[in-house]
Amino acid sequence: MPPFSDPRLPHGHGGFPIEVSIPSDVRFIEGVVGLVTRQCVERHLSPTDCNLTVPVALTEALSNAILYGNARDSSKSVTLRATLNERDLVLEVVDEGTGFDMDACTIDPTSPDNLDREDGRGLYLMRALMDRVERYTDGGNVVRLTLHRRLTLHRK
Amino acid sequence: MSFAIRKSGDVCVVDVEGQLIVGNRQELKQKVLDELERGERRFLVDFSQTGYIDSSGLGVLVSLSKKIRESGGELRLASLNDDLKTLFELTKLDTLFQIAHSRESGLSSF
Repeated sequence: MPPFSDPRLPHGHGGFPIEVSIPSDVRFIEGVVGLVTRQCVERHLSPTDCNLTVPVALTEALSNAILYGNARDSSKSVTLRATLNERDLVLEVVDEGTGFDMDACTIDPTSPDNLDREDGRGLYLMRALMDRVERYTDGGNVVRLTLHRRLTLHRK
Repeated sequence: MSFAIRKSGDVCVVDVEGQLIVGNRQELKQKVLDELERGERRFLVDFSQTGYIDSSGLGVLVSLSKKIRESGGELRLASLNDDLKTLFELTKLDTLFQIAHSRESGLSSF
C-alpha cells in the first residue's frame, strides 16, 4: 500500500507548521517523513539534514511510537507536530503509551558486545543525529527532536 | 521502494531502490534468505539508488550478514553515498562490513 494513498495524510501541504496523525502502522512512516523532508528542502535546510538527519531521526521516533508506545494497536494513533523557525526545526512525535526512560533504554550499539545486534540503534541514532532529544508527558507520550539550523552558503 | 536481485557471475547483487526502513526490511530479508536457501552464497548489496536507511534497515543487514556467514557465505556492501557512509560510521558498522566504493569493485572483491 503506498503511504500517500491514505486520505488522512495531507496532499499539497502548504508548509510548516505541520500536524498530522497516522494509525499505528509502520507503512505510514515513509509518507509522513517525505512530507516533512520536502518542506525542509523548500526551506533550504542543508542537504545532509534533508537526506540523513531529519529522515532517519524522524523515522526512528515514529517507529518507536508505533511499535513500542502504541504496541501496534491499530485503534491508537501517532501524531507528528513539526515547526521551523530561524533557529530550530522542532519535531514532536506523540503516542498513546505510558512513556519510557530514555537513558535506560538507550544502549551503545557501537560497543563490541552490541555491534552485531540486530536491534538497539534507534534511540542512539536519534540522539547522535539531532541536537536535542527530550521526552515528556503532555496528554500523551511526547518525544521532541530539535535540530539547530546550520548556516549554509549560497553561491551564485 | 523495491529490491531487485540480479546474478553477476556467482554473486547475487541486490539493488535497494528508495529507502530501507522498518516498513520494508522484511521484504529484503525474505528475498535474500530465499536466495540463500537456493544455494547462493555471495551477496553484494548496492546502495547507489538508496535514499536513507533507518536502524531497522541497518539491523536487517547485520542479521543477514550473520546468517549468510553461518552458511559459509558472505554479504558485502557497495556504493554508499557520503550521508550513508556517515550513518555506518556513527554506528561503527563500517567496521563490521566490507564496503566497496562501487558495484564493480565490490564484485571484483569476491
